[in-house]
Amino acid sequence: MSDTAPAGAAPAPRRRDPFPANWPARIGWIALAAYTVYAASLFQLTWTRFVEGLDNGARFIARMLPPYLGKWDLLWRGLSESLEIAIIATVIGVATAMPIGLLAARNLMPNWVTWPARGLIALCRSFHPVIVAILFVKAVGFGALAGIMALIVASIGFIAKLFAEAIEEISLKQVEAVRATGAGFANVLIMAVQPQVLARFIGFSTYQLDSNLRNSTMVGIVGGGGIGATLFTAFQRFDYDFVLTILIAIITLIMIGEVLSGWIRRTFQ
Amino acid sequence: MTAASIDAGAVADEPVDRSLALRGLRKEYVRGTPVLRDVSLTFAGRGLTAIIGPSGTGKSTLIRCVNRLVEPTAGQILFLGQDLARLRGAALRAARRRIGMVFQEYNLVERLSAIENVLCGRLGYVAPWRAWLRRFPREDVDGAFDLLEAVGLADRATQRADALSGGQRQRIGIARALMQQPDLLLADEPTSSLDPKTSVEIMELMVELAGKRDIPVIVNIHNVELAKRFAQRIVGMTGGDVVFDGAPGDLREEHLKQIYGGEAWL
Repeated sequence: MSDTAPAGAAPAPRRRDPFPANWPARIGWIALAAYTVYAASLFQLTWTRFVEGLDNGARFIARMLPPYLGKWDLLWRGLSESLEIAIIATVIGVATAMPIGLLAARNLMPNWVTWPARGLIALCRSFHPVIVAILFVKAVGFGALAGIMALIVASIGFIAKLFAEAIEEISLKQVEAVRATGAGFANVLIMAVQPQVLARFIGFSTYQLDSNLRNSTMVGIVGGGGIGATLFTAFQRFDYDFVLTILIAIITLIMIGEVLSGWIRRTFQ
Repeated sequence: MTAASIDAGAVADEPVDRSLALRGLRKEYVRGTPVLRDVSLTFAGRGLTAIIGPSGTGKSTLIRCVNRLVEPTAGQILFLGQDLARLRGAALRAARRRIGMVFQEYNLVERLSAIENVLCGRLGYVAPWRAWLRRFPREDVDGAFDLLEAVGLADRATQRADALSGGQRQRIGIARALMQQPDLLLADEPTSSLDPKTSVEIMELMVELAGKRDIPVIVNIHNVELAKRFAQRIVGMTGGDVVFDGAPGDLREEHLKQIYGGEAWL
């Protein structure tokens, strides 16, 4: 007998399989793969088409080089306008988002306050900044004002939601203790809520500044002012060498912004 | 009245009646299942009363009803000539200023410094812009330093609360409560998160500082030995009812059996 179980003993009861197959998940993955192949076939995404595209791309890049080093005033005006749009939109956006985020925090506010606040946030988030920018260009006309307003809306949607979530994650024990001293609501906010969320608020705000810098280069394409307008014009005039200069300038601007926001975060934390 | 003076043993010119009376206090978190069953108790205006009993028996609920961190379902809470159970808004906040509270998990604002936490005890009196800019009145800041000294943490004033040990945090918690110059000190399991030696030190400190100021103390505590050692009166609760009320010397084994159930643990 090779079996280790004593002869005649009943076979050990079969235990439940601890790793059962998750069929719904498998079907989901297979469906995703199948749909991707189907969708690609609709657009005739073939290898030959891809190689043709590469060829075209190479010609495009060749026309960009070397970058055109004139029109400094045009470049500078675009860049500084983008920077102004980003900073104004971030300051106003964050300042507006803070009270809205507070009103949307379900642990501090009653339902009849959080619902409208959440609705407003959802509205601000429902469109991509490009669409909002187009709407504002149509509403208030071409220029930086439209760009600023579009980015304010985007900032409110993003920051207010994160603020509300940060406030909802605070420790209510700390709030309870301050409330127990007889402190009014404003003092509870200042001494019990703000210390718990300030570091995260700074983090979100600098991230939003980053993001607004990027977006401020984009709103110009639809008429919202800034370097985007310069870039769009250069594209239309086939000034691809100047396009490259603008792209490099934008990269520099974004990187400076990145460094700057990192510095702000370190200073305030 | 005495908002400015934070002098150690300072008692108001005319002695205030600091007694507290609960009349038929009832709390139901879920309708029909009371956690407190019509508790009636009177606490004298001085000395330390310990409330003992097993976990989940309504001790915390009882003590939190007093300063309305928990809303009582029915009953009266008579203190300083008013029924706290009926107060709302500004009147409730004014009443809370008179009642200091010490918590099991200290409940300090972790990212504030020790002295900022102590100054939180003045937030019932200080205008928001002053709190925001940390421009607390001079006498409050002096008072906070005095209390930090009294609890032995004067050298930690500017350290953040999350850098302190458990015992140190509870000392700050006591200082914050006393910073209110309260007429009553509530302590909800103040030693449950601490080691035995620190627990005794914290109880000693509370008894000493409250005694100097003639503030009555009500402590929830499940450690019977500590209760016997520091209290002048012990209230035993079980299942939302008071089943023992008397001097520590009168607490017998049969009472403990009744309070905690069973006897194997004795």
